Amino acid sequence: MNIHEYQGKQVLKQYGVSVPEGHVAFSPEEAVKAAKELGSDVVVVKAQIHAGGRGKAGGVKLAKNLDEVREYAKELLGKVLVTHQTGPEGKEVKRLYIEAGSNIEKEYYLGLVLDRETSLVNLMGSEEGGMDIEEVAANTPERIFYEEIDPVVGLTGFQARRMAFNMNIPAKLVNKAAKLMLGLYQAYIEKDAAIVEINPLVVTGDGQVVALDAKFNFDANALYRHQDIMEMRDYDEEDAKEIEASKYDLSYISLDGNIGCMVNGAGLAMATMDTINYYGGSPANFLDVGGGATAEKVTEAFKIILSDKNVKGIFVNIFGGIMKCDIIAEGVIQAAKEVSLEVPLVVRLEGTNVELGKKLLNESGLNIVAAGTMADGAKQIVELVG
Amino acid sequence: MSVYINKDTKVLVQGITGSTALFHTKQMLEYGTKIVAGVTPGKGGTEVEGVPVFNTVEDAVKATGANVSVIYVPAPFAADAILEAVEAELDMAICITEHIPVLDMVKVKRYMEGKKTRLVGPNCPGVITPDECKIGIMPGYIHKKGHVGVVSRSGTLTYEATHQLSEEGIGQSTAVGIGGDPVNGTNFIDVLKEFNEDEDTYAVVMIGEIGGTAEEEAAEWVKANMTKPVVGFIGGQTAPEGKRMGHAGAIISGGKGTAADKIKAMNEAGIEVADTPSVIGETLIKVIKEKGLYDACKTH
Repeated sequence: MNIHEYQGKQVLKQYGVSVPEGHVAFSPEEAVKAAKELGSDVVVVKAQIHAGGRGKAGGVKLAKNLDEVREYAKELLGKVLVTHQTGPEGKEVKRLYIEAGSNIEKEYYLGLVLDRETSLVNLMGSEEGGMDIEEVAANTPERIFYEEIDPVVGLTGFQARRMAFNMNIPAKLVNKAAKLMLGLYQAYIEKDAAIVEINPLVVTGDGQVVALDAKFNFDANALYRHQDIMEMRDYDEEDAKEIEASKYDLSYISLDGNIGCMVNGAGLAMATMDTINYYGGSPANFLDVGGGATAEKVTEAFKIILSDKNVKGIFVNIFGGIMKCDIIAEGVIQAAKEVSLEVPLVVRLEGTNVELGKKLLNESGLNIVAAGTMADGAKQIVELVG
Repeated sequence: MSVYINKDTKVLVQGITGSTALFHTKQMLEYGTKIVAGVTPGKGGTEVEGVPVFNTVEDAVKATGANVSVIYVPAPFAADAILEAVEAELDMAICITEHIPVLDMVKVKRYMEGKKTRLVGPNCPGVITPDECKIGIMPGYIHKKGHVGVVSRSGTLTYEATHQLSEEGIGQSTAVGIGGDPVNGTNFIDVLKEFNEDEDTYAVVMIGEIGGTAEEEAAEWVKANMTKPVVGFIGGQTAPEGKRMGHAGAIISGGKGTAADKIKAMNEAGIEVADTPSVIGETLIKVIKEKGLYDACKTH
């Protein structure tokens, strides 16, 4: 789960990480009020969306007076920002962060991420601040430094100082930077983050080390123990169908094709999308109904798939395994009736009582095609959708 | 022969009184798995399905000599259950539970360093040696005893592949689900090593998916060490970047972990990769025929 920059900074503040003063604003009036309260010569008007690259996309503006604050706030609110992380459809700006300007001397990059190869959290730092770190990693990997963190002792002082020296942070500010890193690590661990990125981290003219941006992503599996983080969830930033699916414990991801997919198991669901694509079709979604595909879940899954107006056909691919195919078939028939399905439906079932399951589907009187294999099913739905 | 588990494996079920665990305990017993004990704190002294229940893993091991545990404990408590199995020095702990917080697993992995226990999973279907021992949640009947080893990050996709093999009369030595989480106990290389050394395994099916670089590392290992043919499949060729495809570990980030990279690495290591999951069985049969292993692998 992602949160906004301003929320990330609230979290960082709790861990003693220096961030500029700022207030969130939902209207130009609130933006002006926030700027007044800051009493700073220069304020930054920052679009709050769950995507990086906001600066390049024109989502961050420097205002020198309150009129400019109002002007920029009007301009940004309601604007659709397209960045390299939003996709071509972009994201509408609904919140702004009004922040006191900083006297920036130099920008750096700092991040914490899990390294899957070693199963350890790594601190990453670079002198190349303010840039896309993936580009730095691709072009000048020697400019990124890493510290592997032992979970027993956590990030240590010497590691943090070594990182600060490697990043060429001015010697007199190394201790301040190291303290910030320790706070950042504490936040990462205590809040069960998956990724934290401070880009840029800055050194200011008055000798401070400040997090000028804050990008947090949290481990969805650990949210149950972080009520405070859960409350930061912004549903406006998420796909409505994905939110609906999560209520029923369905794992759903919107894609831009026209063949709806319903599958049990994440691996099989991915492979089903691949197979549709292989036969020239385009999947509208990833949907894993889970191991126990009950009639209720299948019905909800149908409703979610059909709420996508691009869907011209549905492919249900269930490897029943321990579940009986006749039970699954009954669930599919019941669900198809309940949602008065109008688009073609291809169902592939495998598992116990498969013949009985197919018979039920064929005799249902509904427009259901029973497929023999996954490939056969994919071919048929691609043909039916045309 | 087989890897990891066989007819003599004595199984202990952690969290045995939960509904999922109960259902699968019945299934495993029906399959013929030797389940000797269950553990649920506070339920010690009772019995379920004829299996004695203990309060702690330590008690269960002392009383029954269990050597492998299977964990169905809910996610918030699952990491602790793994630690308990490790402390009791079991040979293996197979964790079925999904949605364990990843930082819990980072600690578990660190704790396990230098310890005796091998962890399989979490978020996995389990391990099965057909006709001998089934530990986990996979449907037993789709498996057939034989000589092909299967290792996979995905549950249902493994069933898909195994089912195809069995339908074609190609049995399996052991099928190991290593799970879909970013931090797991046993990786592809661990299992490939076992299959390479197992006299009864003649060929291997390896099923990976997007995210991380485990398949690339495994491919490198295969190139340098594997003496038996390996075929593969990678799920998620059409998955968009930055989206978690169901499994916590199935995510392409920063352009890394794509299916294309994995397939390339596998092909370079001489691993034939099936275009679609429907032809995993076919692909394996083609390769074992080329290597003259078909007759040896054909079990009926």
